Amino acid sequence: MVKTILAVDDSASIRQMVTFTLKGAGYEVIQAVDGQDALDKANYHQVNLVLTDINMPRMDGLKLLELLRKLANYKNIPILILTTESGDEMKAKGRAAGATGWLVKPFDPKRLLEVIGKVIG
Amino acid sequence: MSTDLEQFYEIFFEESSELLAEMETCLLRLDVNSPDLEDLNAIFRAAHSIKGGAGTFGFTDMTEMTHMLETLLDKLRKGELKVRSEMIDAFLRAGDVIKEQLAGHRGEGQADPAVAAAVCGELKKLSDETQDLSVVAPTPQEEPEESSEINQVETEIAELPTEDTAKNIFSIEFLSTGVSAATLDHLFENLKHLGALENLAPTNTSDSYKLKLATSNCEEDVWETLAFVVDPVNLKIETFVAEDAEASAAVIDHSDGTTKNTESLASGNEDDFSMADLPPAPGYGFFPGAPAAPSDIDAPESSPNVGQQQNTGYGKNESSSSLNKSSSKNAAASSASETSSIRVSIEKVDQMINLVGELVITQAMLAQTVSQYDPVLFEKLHSGMSQLERNTRDLQESVMSIRMMPISFVFSRYPRVVRDLAAKLNKRVELKTVGENTELDKGLIEKIADPLTHLVRNSLDHGIEVAEKRAAAGKPAHGTITLRAFHQGGSIVIEVSDDGAGLNRGKILAKAKERGLPVHDGMTDQEVWALIFEAGFSTADQVTDVSGRGVGMDVVKRNIQSMGGRIDIESALGAGTRISIRLPLTLAILDGLSVTVGDEMFIVPLNYITESLQPAAADIKTVSGQGRVVQVRGEYLPVVALHEIFNLRPKVTNVHEGILVILEAEGHKAALFVDDLVGQHQVVIKSLESNYRRVQGVSGATIMGDGKVALILDTAALVMASQQEIV
Repeated sequence: MVKTILAVDDSASIRQMVTFTLKGAGYEVIQAVDGQDALDKANYHQVNLVLTDINMPRMDGLKLLELLRKLANYKNIPILILTTESGDEMKAKGRAAGATGWLVKPFDPKRLLEVIGKVIG
Repeated sequence: MSTDLEQFYEIFFEESSELLAEMETCLLRLDVNSPDLEDLNAIFRAAHSIKGGAGTFGFTDMTEMTHMLETLLDKLRKGELKVRSEMIDAFLRAGDVIKEQLAGHRGEGQADPAVAAAVCGELKKLSDETQDLSVVAPTPQEEPEESSEINQVETEIAELPTEDTAKNIFSIEFLSTGVSAATLDHLFENLKHLGALENLAPTNTSDSYKLKLATSNCEEDVWETLAFVVDPVNLKIETFVAEDAEASAAVIDHSDGTTKNTESLASGNEDDFSMADLPPAPGYGFFPGAPAAPSDIDAPESSPNVGQQQNTGYGKNESSSSLNKSSSKNAAASSASETSSIRVSIEKVDQMINLVGELVITQAMLAQTVSQYDPVLFEKLHSGMSQLERNTRDLQESVMSIRMMPISFVFSRYPRVVRDLAAKLNKRVELKTVGENTELDKGLIEKIADPLTHLVRNSLDHGIEVAEKRAAAGKPAHGTITLRAFHQGGSIVIEVSDDGAGLNRGKILAKAKERGLPVHDGMTDQEVWALIFEAGFSTADQVTDVSGRGVGMDVVKRNIQSMGGRIDIESALGAGTRISIRLPLTLAILDGLSVTVGDEMFIVPLNYITESLQPAAADIKTVSGQGRVVQVRGEYLPVVALHEIFNLRPKVTNVHEGILVILEAEGHKAALFVDDLVGQHQVVIKSLESNYRRVQGVSGATIMGDGKVALILDTAALVMASQQEIV
């Protein structure tokens, strides 16, 4: 079965780059422009993995994480935070909000696929 | 797989331009005395997003600049530093530099690195000052992290170890295969910025390097610095153990010398957090015990941290759902239109509009042909035709709406213009915009920008007085310039008004006399104001580099007229000036009434028509020497005979035998005398000027259903001409 990934980033260029990369690797991708958008879409689609930016308008990635983890069908879905903030503080916050792991921006497509491959194979 | 990042450049460029524009808007809106945190956050986010993209796509110059911006902005939004106006200036300049850099990467011109360096320095100075003045504790760990991420940026603060970051010592081994000597030197430089670097094999001749680095940064930062240059496969970073570096060095994540991060996260759960199946490739990682983490998805017992997280997570349920509500409210305000819009090149839209135009003509032709068939015998044909007409009209409307853009696209550039100019002229001016969502054809949007800029600059330079003069006149020290856009009838009206000194009638008349223009003291204000549209006319006592050379208003008028618009001035001495520009809504298609005079057919734009009637002979009066008037509902209107204007032989010469079309334009009415009414059409405007030449009283031409050309009347000009005759 094709695995579906919800890619959340307010930057269109990053979002499209991620989408292109993931689609190229055979994943199905749903895009969301911010946390609120992602939450709406998560309610309609069951995805296998969520990849989210942290710093976004309307709803940031941490809030999204927190709210997603409250949804029964998202409790155990891997959620990776994608952020330029490689700081420990941000990671601790991500972890507290329920993130599975993190990926530091800027990243290259190879590394993205590598980390996603580790989580959902 | 390999991805060619270049294909995303264009999106990145577009996106960055938008972010820059947004940043500028927020900056200009920002009140230095009580900055809005939302605005600061938005500005920060814009800088942050540009930085993220620039980093991903490898535009290092932009990364540097946005990084400096971000550093200072972060301090502002965290309240570690107060916003000052010179910061806003620096931000704006930085925005300009980024714009240039962006253009440079696009292949349009070249950014000046010297300017960039100067602005960078300025930002750095401002953010460093903060540190000195700041009463609040300096930034936490984030700072050093960020600086190593962007390893081109030198930040001294980055090297200050924060109290909760333990000093780490790493042993680094890597192969420099395929790395140039210069790059290696650069790498060593960067590593030295992280901490004390020691080469453990200084006499090395092969490609393999062995280094010792004592740093306050975590392993990840070191990794990132190296991974920019060295192939991760050939890179090994371990915590350094003094006795026997090689033998007892442990993989970082299992040792006690971990960074604070790994330590706190992995505590009590070290075995679960196995990196065994992960090569040591920081840049990403997983939290042990987190949902769906690859190493221990079904580990039931989790670290205290995780348990606590879950508890608080559920405990906070209520409060966070209310938070959620409030954020979805915000969502409505700043709706993300991005998901539901696509970018289409303007050529495609124009092509579509042209095709629809042709379709409208074809439909008209068909309708004309079909009308000759008996509606009873050919009922289906007729109903099909009326459906086609309806569909064509709907299609045309929706296609035309694609070209419509809110005028905010133009208005948004003026806050910056006004700010810069007001500073230059040492005036205090506030810019207000009203009706930014009024939509206008994209073609007009592009053409209106320059004339409008000229008017705004004029208002600021000539209209608004300096603060002292305003105070003396009992006005508020702040001048106000208002930009207003609204629909009126079939036109869009754009007004530039100011509460400045107003036009000086006496001065304008004197100047006109001096220039030998035909003027007299009995002229109406309107006529006097119109003089400023004369080429080379200026009453400015002092020629500034802003305005006053008299180059301009005539150009403005010409530009507006070429768009099919009009420009009007209202002014009161001491109270201000209002200049209104009236433009047609769209350039391409118009609803018109076709009328005949003799053998000719003309199109009267429907927007100007109030009614059509056949007058009684008694209602027609002749005013001696001033032509005829007709009484319509108690009002006397001048009769304009179309056959007289175009010198045609009409079928009827008595007004009461023909039809009068009552026109209203610019607040004046006139009755247009024609032979007959034919019908209502949508016509595609073809420019007469570009295909032939400008004809008085005609604004364009169109091709009718039968293939003949019909002229479109310039209604406003006809009405105004009739006014002048009877005044």
